[in-house]
Amino acid sequence: MAQEYKLILKYADEPGYTPDIECYLRHGGYADLKKALAIAPKDLADGKKLSPQEQIREDVKISGLRGRGGAGFSCGLKWSFVDRKSGKPIYLICNADESEPGTFKDRQIMYKDPHQLIEGMAISCFANDVHLAYIYIRGEMVDGAKILNEALKEARAKNFLGKNICGGGYDLEMHVHRGAGAYICGEETGLIESLEGKRPYPRIKPPYFPAILGLWMCPTIVNNVETLCNVKHIVAMGGAAFAKLGTPNNTGTRIVSLSGHVKKPGYYEIETGKATIGELINDPKFGGGLRDGRKLKAVIPGGSSAKVFKAGEKFKLKKKDAEGKEILVETDMLDLPYDFDSLAAAGSMSGSSAIIVMDDSTDIVEALANLSEFYAHESCGQCTPCREGALWMSKTLHRLTHGEGRAADADYLVKIADNIPGGRTICAFGEACSWPVQSFVAKFKDEFVAKGAADEARHAKQVAAPVETKELAAAHH
Amino acid sequence: MSTAATTEIKPAPPVEKIKVKVDGREIEVPKTMADPISGKPIPTTMIQACELAKQEVPHYCYHPKLPVVGNCRMCLVEYGMPAMGPDRKPVLNADGSPKISKMPRPAISCATPVSPGMEIYTNTPGVKQMREGVLESLLINHPLDCPICDQAGECKLQEYSVDYGQSASRFVEAKVHKPKAVDLGPRIMLDAERCILCTRCIRFTRDIAGDDALGIVNRGSYNTIATFPGLPFDNNYTLNTVDICPVGALTSKDFRFKMRVWFLKETKSVCTSCATGCNIIIGSREEKIQRYTPRENDAVNGPWMCDAGRLNYKWIGREDRLKDVLVRGQKSTWTAALNEISDKLKKAPAGSVAIIASARQTNEELWLISKLKAKLGAISDSIPRDGKGDKILVSADKNPNTNGARLTGICFTEMGINLVKISDGIASGKIKTLIVFGENIVKRAVANEKLRERETISEVVDEHGITAELLQKLDTLIVSDILPNETTKLAHYVLPGAAHAEKRGSFTNTKGRVQKFMKAVEAPGDARAEWEFLHDLVHNVTGQNGFVTIEGLFNQMAKEVPAFNGVTWQALGDTGLTVQI
Ligand SMILES: Cc1cc2nc3c(=O)[nH]c(=O)nc-3n(C[C@H](O)[C@H](O)[C@H](O)COP(=O)(O)O)c2cc1C
Ligand code: SF4
Ligand code: SF4
Ligand code: SF4
Ligand code: FES
Repeated sequence: MAQEYKLILKYADEPGYTPDIECYLRHGGYADLKKALAIAPKDLADGKKLSPQEQIREDVKISGLRGRGGAGFSCGLKWSFVDRKSGKPIYLICNADESEPGTFKDRQIMYKDPHQLIEGMAISCFANDVHLAYIYIRGEMVDGAKILNEALKEARAKNFLGKNICGGGYDLEMHVHRGAGAYICGEETGLIESLEGKRPYPRIKPPYFPAILGLWMCPTIVNNVETLCNVKHIVAMGGAAFAKLGTPNNTGTRIVSLSGHVKKPGYYEIETGKATIGELINDPKFGGGLRDGRKLKAVIPGGSSAKVFKAGEKFKLKKKDAEGKEILVETDMLDLPYDFDSLAAAGSMSGSSAIIVMDDSTDIVEALANLSEFYAHESCGQCTPCREGALWMSKTLHRLTHGEGRAADADYLVKIADNIPGGRTICAFGEACSWPVQSFVAKFKDEFVAKGAADEARHAKQVAAPVETKELAAAHH
Repeated sequence: MSTAATTEIKPAPPVEKIKVKVDGREIEVPKTMADPISGKPIPTTMIQACELAKQEVPHYCYHPKLPVVGNCRMCLVEYGMPAMGPDRKPVLNADGSPKISKMPRPAISCATPVSPGMEIYTNTPGVKQMREGVLESLLINHPLDCPICDQAGECKLQEYSVDYGQSASRFVEAKVHKPKAVDLGPRIMLDAERCILCTRCIRFTRDIAGDDALGIVNRGSYNTIATFPGLPFDNNYTLNTVDICPVGALTSKDFRFKMRVWFLKETKSVCTSCATGCNIIIGSREEKIQRYTPRENDAVNGPWMCDAGRLNYKWIGREDRLKDVLVRGQKSTWTAALNEISDKLKKAPAGSVAIIASARQTNEELWLISKLKAKLGAISDSIPRDGKGDKILVSADKNPNTNGARLTGICFTEMGINLVKISDGIASGKIKTLIVFGENIVKRAVANEKLRERETISEVVDEHGITAELLQKLDTLIVSDILPNETTKLAHYVLPGAAHAEKRGSFTNTKGRVQKFMKAVEAPGDARAEWEFLHDLVHNVTGQNGFVTIEGLFNQMAKEVPAFNGVTWQALGDTGLTVQI
């Protein structure tokens, strides 16, 4: 039976657990940083030596850790891209902008256990020869910034930051930077621009891969809060042990933000892939099921950008049978293991691991209109397809939800959306704003058509109606 | 024959070449090309390779002289790369050619480097569909202002819509409205609705002009180009943004609503407002100059020019231009006046004539004057014009042809040092005849005693002692000029000359670039190009019969003046040649 597995959130919600350093130290805090700093160079069979930094990086690779910010990219691989020969400083940035609608996991860590993040970052910095790091925290999280700044102060006072950390000869400084109040500030290159004091216009890649030309045109690592915390646990237990958590290629734990029409919305840490979407929604240990008398209608499985699943949808997933042969297994949406690969195979993604549940009381067109309005407002407006397309979709959906729809709007919406993703835009916001439209309309087309057709029918009647009512209707618009 | 003349400033070291295919055609391209800002070699991009293959890729935000931002997405192409096997060796087709695997995602050609064996596809159905999508997006909120838009005829939105767009938009929503007549600065207006947010203007002013004056405010589709509150967009290069704006969003206050661009006659010319000699196009209609725009020349001005030079054309069309030949204040004819002058000059004893030529005259004219000077044993000089320069284009020397005056021997390296001798000569009565070309000498004249006092303090060489009182002592004062002034008022002979836009000729710029310019409009009334009447005068006085065409004149000059040896009028081409100065 699926259950919670608390690795990152082990102490955060324990009664009496406080964000100050004394509490953290009482719970074994900063031992892993000390451990990392004390690693000795390792002799290899071929006579070469592995530096402590290389050993940690190698261990992170072995751990199979994948990014928790959205794309699920291998952390070890990302670190291996860093240009270490440029002679320029290497920076590390913690992406704490957490703005994907439905997502509220990073803030649990930052507000309740800030030192865990600082320790995770310090180890990651050490492993990558970083001497200056930033925590880019969402602007709206005013208290979070205060808590983190307080924690940094404490850590400095105890020499977990600063010069010659714990006598290990390693220097590191860390700063909190409050975000500029836009969703796009969470996109890593937009974030870098913002940190440089500019508009958060995402950069083109090539040539501006952060690992080569990041902050101030120096090699830069951008990782999510949860990702960086995991590094601490990898050092604590060893990469191989970490890799045993979760499922193959989907290692470790994930903190799932569960919201919408469930009895117990909240955040739940699970071993990746060891609980299904259905369990997360219905199990009393997690969401506790839908509200009484309601039926499931749709699930957005990975933050608002992820493609929606329709209740009852079935997918053919590749599985290995007893003899190790690959077979296709028909799997209901609710039976999808909550991990990176299964959701990708089902055509969506686990994204920022935020599940948004919609029951049969939901007007699906309204729901999409709401999302689209968010994306139209948050497009940075730098590149043409997203800038114009995002607002166009939103205007259409506004019309459709305000009595001015057309039956043809369903196809019209998809055509607009199709012009945006797939490498046509500078950043993945193009996908983020078009995937919901594509998937909602594809899976609930009847509802879109019906709404538009109803408006058209009503308008046709009004045209036939006497003059006074027509004028009234016109005055209304 | 000298080989001093060169077309290139610095020979670039050889660059490694790589082979790519553009729409099936193989082409060799350099592996790196110069970064437009730093000049450092950076990887050649797909769009550069396509250009070398003569395959146009439509684009808005890309500009070869600006940093690349890749925001318009108009230049998206599809491409393939040599397939690699698990052994990391190229996979081969049955015929031994490398197998190409098409990449699943498109790439912006303006920012994607080429690599060996890459195949670029610029015209596939997929590419066409993406372009249509971008164009449709750009048009949905665009006001269809074409009938009243200054850019019509030069608009990339119009052009690409015809070439790559689909005829009907599906858009049925209300358009986004933005400010239509924003006063960005003293010379520039913005129509924010027409703006396609390519950021060329922002990058130009930040990265080329060095004035980070423009930015974007608001979000998403509401994005709008803006200046900082209270800080107008005002540097000496602002009008270049009008040139590079691909649509009619930025307009020149000087030119807006003046004229449909397709009515303009375009003439290749050179700016005369400083010694840089930016290459320009003169746009004229019915013998009236309407605008100057920069003409690209990487050896001089790139594609830019300064605002001051660009707007300095109105004097050419002034009503009070000198239009008549005047002999002692009476209207005369060229033949009569030139005959009289020739007779006088032929009789003048050696050393009694002085010539003040202008470094705004052409090489050919100055050379003709030097012939006259030699025959008459005359002393000559010209008047320096010092002003403020900058590190971009503007030269502190405000004469367009200082080097021409030096190379033809009209003045010394330090222009103006003979002026003292001339004023002393007039004062002592030794100099009885003064010929002045295009300089209102009285304007900069300071009584000799005062000038000497001043010269001990500073080296003011553009002031001189040839005052109106001195000029009145002369037996003969011959003045050729374009506009009336205090000096022409004192002249016994006034010979109306032509502006550069009204004649052909060449200048030698501050770096020794010899550049020719063409005639855009007719000179008013009886005004004539100086080289034409100078030719007659030289013939009358010296008996030498030179060439009556500008080509012939230039080529003869090039033979006789050492610095110009080996150069011909034809070889100057559109962008000139650099000579040793
Ligand atoms: C529009 C957009 C918004 C994003 N917002 C966030 C965010 O708020 N937090 C985050 O960690 N990653 C966000 N990302 C993902 C980051 O670009 C980046 O992939 C991530 O920070 C890398 O960290 P990771 O490898 O540890 O996941 C966003 C991406 C896009 C395209
Ligand atoms: S895709 Fe959207 S958010 Fe991303 S750079 Fe382009 S306009 Fe900005
Ligand atoms: S004003 Fe012109 S140059 Fe500037 S961003 Fe708009 S379209 Fe581009
Ligand atoms: S820099 Fe000099 S030559 Fe160039 S446009 Fe300005 S004034 Fe004319
Ligand atoms: S030209 Fe604009 S994206 Fe390449």
